[in-house]
Amino acid sequence: MYKIMKKEILNPSVVLMDVYAPDIAKTCKAGQFIVLRIDEVGERIPLTIADFFPEEGLVRIVTQTVGYTSRKLMNMEQGDSFLDFIGPLGQESEIENYGTVLCVCGGLGIAPMYPIARELKKAGNKVITVVGARNKELLIWEDVLKEVSNEIYVTTDDGSYGRKGLVTDVSKEILEREKIDHAWAIGPVIMMKFTALLTKEYNVPTIVSMNPIMVDGTGMCGACRLEVDGKTKFACVDGPEFDGHKVNWDLSMRRMNIYKAKEEIALEKAIKGGF
Amino acid sequence: MALNLNRVDMPNRDPDARNKDFIEVAEGYNVDMAAEEASRCLNCKKPLCRSGCPVNIDIPRFINQVTKKDYDAAYYTLKEFSLLPAVCGRVCPQEHQCEGACILNPKGAAIGIGRLERYVADKFRESGKEEVLQKAPDTGKKVAVLGGGPAGLACAYDLAKLGHSVTIYEALHTLGGVLMYGIPEFRLPKNIVNKEIENIEKLGVKIELNSVAGRVNTVEKLMKEDGFDAVFIGTGAGLPYFLNIPGENLNEVYSANEFLTRVNLMKAYKFPEYDTPVFVGEKVAVVGAGNVAMDAARTAKRLGAKDVYIVYRRSKDEVPARLEELEHAEEEGVKLQLLTSPIEVIGDENGHVTALRCVSYELGEPDEGGRRKPVEIPNSEFDMPMDMVVMAIGQGPNPLLLETTKGLELNKRGNIVADDDGKTSIEGVFAGGDIVTGAATVILAMGAGKKTAQSIHDYLNNK
Ligand SMILES: Cc1cc2nc3c(=O)[nH]c(=O)nc-3n(C[C@H](O)[C@H](O)[C@H](O)COP(=O)(O)OP(=O)(O)OC[C@H]3O[C@@H](n4cnc5c(N)ncnc54)[C@H](O)[C@@H]3O)c2cc1C
Ligand SMILES: Cc1cc2nc3c(=O)[nH]c(=O)nc-3n(C[C@H](O)[C@H](O)[C@H](O)COP(=O)(O)OP(=O)(O)OC[C@H]3O[C@@H](n4cnc5c(N)ncnc54)[C@H](O)[C@@H]3O)c2cc1C
Ligand code: SF4
Ligand code: SF4
Ligand code: FES
Repeated sequence: MYKIMKKEILNPSVVLMDVYAPDIAKTCKAGQFIVLRIDEVGERIPLTIADFFPEEGLVRIVTQTVGYTSRKLMNMEQGDSFLDFIGPLGQESEIENYGTVLCVCGGLGIAPMYPIARELKKAGNKVITVVGARNKELLIWEDVLKEVSNEIYVTTDDGSYGRKGLVTDVSKEILEREKIDHAWAIGPVIMMKFTALLTKEYNVPTIVSMNPIMVDGTGMCGACRLEVDGKTKFACVDGPEFDGHKVNWDLSMRRMNIYKAKEEIALEKAIKGGF
Repeated sequence: MALNLNRVDMPNRDPDARNKDFIEVAEGYNVDMAAEEASRCLNCKKPLCRSGCPVNIDIPRFINQVTKKDYDAAYYTLKEFSLLPAVCGRVCPQEHQCEGACILNPKGAAIGIGRLERYVADKFRESGKEEVLQKAPDTGKKVAVLGGGPAGLACAYDLAKLGHSVTIYEALHTLGGVLMYGIPEFRLPKNIVNKEIENIEKLGVKIELNSVAGRVNTVEKLMKEDGFDAVFIGTGAGLPYFLNIPGENLNEVYSANEFLTRVNLMKAYKFPEYDTPVFVGEKVAVVGAGNVAMDAARTAKRLGAKDVYIVYRRSKDEVPARLEELEHAEEEGVKLQLLTSPIEVIGDENGHVTALRCVSYELGEPDEGGRRKPVEIPNSEFDMPMDMVVMAIGQGPNPLLLETTKGLELNKRGNIVADDDGKTSIEGVFAGGDIVTGAATVILAMGAGKKTAQSIHDYLNNK
């Protein structure tokens, strides 16, 4: 059992949890993820490691409510436990001193970006962060990211905070203005796709973090496959980070919708069940 | 006494009822059937059957004990050789092993050894008796077993009996390997698997679930930092192969592993009581014809698919699945599309499967092994309308642990190179089961685990 030592609601649909999993906390690196199962009937869902504290044995996850399981998770409290918590999975981010790095994150991508930006800064990079949210209420962790960025820009779709517009608008200005050596984009698939298309125009190598549907997370099932440079890859062992200029985005977007109808059934059960 | 050549059939549930649920298909012998089948055994002085069994079970002895109605003794005879008799009695390809070697086989009347084995193991389990376990005094040596499938379990069990301190590290949230995530409930009920592996815990073996070797720990770390004297690798052949044909990443194309894992391990057949969903089409093609393909096809049928096809390149004589599985699949309404090979999965603009494009084959000249090679018939392309495709064309070794183990010699296919005693290229590191042989059988994996336990024991004694 893996106990929730701390729970913090970051906004109405996003929750942060520190989970006691000392073996993982000791060995994990930025860019990796865990798979958890809430209870005996639960689904295995993957979540990025948003931070880790080897001394305390804690792994931080930040979850957005999208469907049944993430809702069930949102309702868990400090002191409750997950039945299974598996990791660290996936490859770690390739951190080196690239020079100037542009970190573009949107929505839930903000949490997984944090340890990566921190490590990039530690490695000597100038880190320019662009954060996007739909509105002010949904924006999380601006202050946390600020600490590990040399510059930070915030955009909201409705203009309720920061600049009105999309992360790609600000990113374009930055790319015009100065030489960027490397970029990271983490967030909704559509945002990563357009960021990658943009950086391609400027020939800036760009890493994206893919989040396809997964089951085991260990390379055993193939559910997480995607196409990179025309070749089939398993995101859970080959990724989750890939060269954003080589990902087949349309395929990835289609594969996210496999269980749409079933997910609605599960959600209905949740709503009837009272949460 | 005259030879009795009438094999006693094992009753199965009605195909039209069983293909709608996940309750076990075979009902097993009753006491009279078992007695009659056992009485046919000639109790041979030189029992050929034993040479056909990869773990050399003393078959005449346990069958003789059945004829004497001494079922407990029969059970302990089985347990001398096999950790999982209730499992192997159900899933061994007996027609190629013990029963294939039985002296009565040429007359078409091999003793139903698997059925008797299953009967004895079930009877013991259902009696609720506690198994008597014997354990040698503590040796103070520590062994890590990576992977909790049949190979790892058998190795851990024997090492623990020999007095070593054993820890199993398993990546999934349950022990059993393919027995839990691959082979379906209707063929191998999971409570039976769980019961058979309970003894492992009773022997004091430590079990670390959710522990992915190669990620959370490495062989080097286990030996250098955690003080293990030896490591056994039994991580199986879990990496699903694909055909690499166009359209293979469309939405409703599954690997058999994913489809079966969702259904068996995650219990998607009980969705939405269980949270994991699975998609099932109306027209389903399963590519391949091994045990894995049969399991996927029969599972799809049970989940409501109307038409399920096994698409296979060769003819019926070459089907690699156990004979019983093929028969059961056909009884349940699975159709065989033989001498056919897919070349493309066709989809619509939204990425949904609409057809499987295939070519026809015919059987050509026999190859060196005597098998007639399938050759493509020119211009024979045709489309089979489908809305789901399951690839069951084999599995390879999962590279996750192997790529983090420096100095471990692998063969061309990526399997670990190990000698007959399970020794690998690294001192103190042993391996067995599918990770060495490639995808094989439960009993071979178990046999390898058992044999290697002895070799690890010798190694530790001489260290
Ligand atoms: C490597 C990786 C890292 C991730 N990191 C985070 C994170 O840090 N925070 C976060 O909130 N989310 C993260 N996700 C996404 C998260 O796993 C899904 O949102 C979650 O599984 C949805 O479950 P649900 O039952 O609530 O939603 P559902 O109703 O089941 O589905 C909603 C949508 O979530 C996606 N989804 C469903 N099941 C899975 C699954 N087993 N694996 C992946 N996606 C699925 C599908 O696109 C689906 O359309 C990550 C995914 C991956 C693959
Ligand atoms: C669908 C299906 C049907 C089959 N039907 C039959 C049949 O009827 N009869 C028969 O005899 N055989 C059958 N087989 C084959 C048989 O199940 C296998 O040969 C046998 O299970 C191999 O045992 P193993 O212990 O070597 O590997 P596995 O059973 O594969 O077990 C390996 C274990 O190691 C774990 N693991 C993998 N990587 C790691 C890691 N890095 N760290 C920790 N743990 C790890 C896995 O999760 C798994 O639990 C079937 C196989 C399948 C897939
Ligand atoms: S273990 Fe398998 S091969 Fe050996 S006797 Fe039993 S059924 Fe036959
Ligand atoms: S070979 Fe057949 S008849 Fe002879 S002992 Fe074995 S099972 Fe009995
Ligand atoms: S999640 Fe199963 S192979 Fe990646």
